[in-house]
Amino acid sequence: MLAVARCIVHRDLLLALRRRSDVATALLFFVIVASLFPLGVGAEPHLLRPIAPGVIWVAALLSSMLSLARLFAADHADGTLEQMLLGAAPLGVVVVAKGLAHWLIAGLPLVAIAPLIGLQYDLGGPGLYGVLALSLLLGTPVLSLIGAIGAALTLGLRGGGVLLALLVLPLYVPVLIFGAGSVEMAASGLSPAGHLLLLGALLVAAIAFSPWAVAAALRIAMD
Amino acid sequence: MNTTARWFWFSSPQTFFPLAGTIARWCALGAVPLAAAGLYVGLLVAPTDAQQGEVYRIIFIHVPAAWMSMLIYLVMAGWAAVGLAFNTRLSFMMAQALAPTGALFTFIALWTGALWGRPTWGAYWVWDARLTSELILLFLYLGFMALHASIDDVRRADRASALLAIVGAVNVPIIYYSVKWWNTLHQGASVSLTKAPSMATTMLTGMLLMALAFWLYSIAAALVRVRCIIRERE
Amino acid sequence: MLEAAELECERGTRRLFRALSFAVTAGELLRVAGANGSGKTSLLRILCGLASPSAGVVRWKGQPIGALREEYARELVYIGHAPAVKDELTPGENLAITCRLAGRPASGEALRSALERLRVPELPVRKLSQGQRRRAALARLLVSDAPLWLLDEPYSALDTEGVAALNQRIGEHTVTGGAVIYTTHQEAGIRSSRVVDLSACA
Repeated sequence: MLAVARCIVHRDLLLALRRRSDVATALLFFVIVASLFPLGVGAEPHLLRPIAPGVIWVAALLSSMLSLARLFAADHADGTLEQMLLGAAPLGVVVVAKGLAHWLIAGLPLVAIAPLIGLQYDLGGPGLYGVLALSLLLGTPVLSLIGAIGAALTLGLRGGGVLLALLVLPLYVPVLIFGAGSVEMAASGLSPAGHLLLLGALLVAAIAFSPWAVAAALRIAMD
Repeated sequence: MNTTARWFWFSSPQTFFPLAGTIARWCALGAVPLAAAGLYVGLLVAPTDAQQGEVYRIIFIHVPAAWMSMLIYLVMAGWAAVGLAFNTRLSFMMAQALAPTGALFTFIALWTGALWGRPTWGAYWVWDARLTSELILLFLYLGFMALHASIDDVRRADRASALLAIVGAVNVPIIYYSVKWWNTLHQGASVSLTKAPSMATTMLTGMLLMALAFWLYSIAAALVRVRCIIRERE
Repeated sequence: MLEAAELECERGTRRLFRALSFAVTAGELLRVAGANGSGKTSLLRILCGLASPSAGVVRWKGQPIGALREEYARELVYIGHAPAVKDELTPGENLAITCRLAGRPASGEALRSALERLRVPELPVRKLSQGQRRRAALARLLVSDAPLWLLDEPYSALDTEGVAALNQRIGEHTVTGGAVIYTTHQEAGIRSSRVVDLSACA
C-alpha cells in the first residue's frame, strides 16, 4: 500500500518536473495577483501593511485553486486514472498520495514565496514572516485536500475551472479566516497560537475525512 | 403491508406522485392562515421597540427565513445521504426540489437583513457574522444547483450534487463558527443584527407563527417541484 | 471464475442491455460483440468494477465484486480505449509505474524484454504513433500474471505484426488457465470460444 503511494507521489513529481511551465504559471499567478492589489488600492504602507496577510492568503487560495483543475484532469484524459481506481491500493490511499504530490508541487512553493510577497507589502517585524509561512504551511495542505473534493466532483465537466471555484471557495472560508487571522493577531502583538492550532485541527480533520469524500466523488465521476 | 414495506412502497416516484399532490395542497392551505396570523401579530400586536421603532418588525420575516434556509439545507443533505445510502431515485429528486426553495429563503434573509441594516446601522451591508454565514450558505445552495445543472448524465448529477450537499452540511458549522470568530475579532463589541435582547412573548409568537407558515410553504413548494421533476424524468 | 448475473445497464435515459447473464471459466476466450453504441465498453467497465450496473451482480469466484474491491482488482488487467500511458514519460517508466500500481512490481529486465518483444522504442510517449502507444499499453500483458484480462478494442491501431504478437500472447495466457474477455470490430484472426452478442440483449 505504501509502495503504491510512494509510486504515485514519485510519478506526479516526475511529471511536474517534465512539465515545469505548468507549475511555474500557477506560482506566477500568485505573485501577479498579490502585486495587483497595491495597484488597485494605492501604495501607502499604512494601507498595505494591515491588508497584507489577507491579500497574500487570498492570492494563495486562488493560485491553489487554479492548479486544482490539473489534479485529476490529465490522468482522467489519458486513462491512467481508471488504472489507479483498479490498482492494488484502496482509493483513499491513492487520493492522499495525489493530494500530497499536489501540495508539494503547488502548495509548498507558495509557502516559500509568500515571505517575499510580504516584503513587498512591508509586513512588519521578523516574527510575522515566520507566522505567515507557518500559517500557509498548515493551511495549504487543507486547501489541496478540500479542493480535491471539488476537482473530483467536476471531473471532465465543461464548466470546469469556474464551477470548481464556486464549489470550493465557500469551503475555503474557515482556512482563510484562521490563516490570515493568525498573522493579524501576531501583527497586533497577540499570540497567534490559537489560530494556528485551529488551522492544525482543520488539517487533521481534512486528512481524516477528505480522502473518503474524494474517493466517493471519483467513483461517482467515473461511473 | 408491514411498515417497512409501506415506506419503500412510497419511495417509488410513481406512487409518490399523487401523495405529494395531496400533501402539497394541504400544506399550502395551512400556510396561508398561519402567515396571516404571523403577520398580524408581527405588524400589529407586537409592541414598538424602544430603540429601533417600527423598523425592527422586519425580523418577523428575516429570522424565520434564516431559520428555514438552514433547516432546508439540513433536510436537503439528509435526503442526499438517504439517496447515496439506499440508491433511491426519489431521495435525490427531493434534494433537488428543496434546493431552490432553500436558496430563496437565504436570499430573503439576506435582503431583509440589508433592509433592516440601512435604517438601523446606516449601511446596507455590515459584515455581521450571521449575514455573512447566510451569504456563504447561498453560495453553497447555488453551487449545489450549478453542479447538478452542468452534468448531463442525470444519475451522475444526482449523486455528485448529493455528495456536495453532505460535504457542505458537514462544513456549515465550521464555517459558521469561523465567521463568528472573525466577526468578533474585527468588529469588537458591535451588536448583532439578529440579537433582540429581551424578546417580548408576542414577538416570539409572531416569529414562530411565521416560521411555521414558511415551513408549510416550503413543504408545499418542494412537493410541487418534485412532482414536476418526476414528470420530467419518468 | 467470473460470473455475470442479470446485468442491466442504463446510460442516460437509454437502456443498453438487460438480463445479461454469462460465465467465464479458466482458459476461456470470450468475445463481446455488438454494434456501435450497444454497450460493449460499458459492459467491460461493469465487469471490472469501474461502473456499477443498474441491476444485476458480477461475481468473482462466487463473491460479488463490490465486496472484494482491491482483491478483485489485483486479479485482473483492464486495458481500455485509452492507452493509459503518460505522454511525458517513456514506455519503460510507464510500464514500471503501471506494474507497481497494480501491486506486482516487475524487474527492469522483464520490462525491457517485454517492450523489446513488442518493438516499442524508448522515447517519450508523446513522440510515439498511435500504434506504438497501443503496443506500449499492451506490453503490460507480457509482464502480468493476473488471471483475468478485460481488453477493450485491443487491436485498434495495431499492424499485422502487432496483431500476431497479441494473439500469441493471448494464446499463451489461455493455455496457462487465464481468461480473456475482449471486444473488437476487426477480424482478429483469433478464434474465441464464445461470443456474447449485446444487440440480442437490448
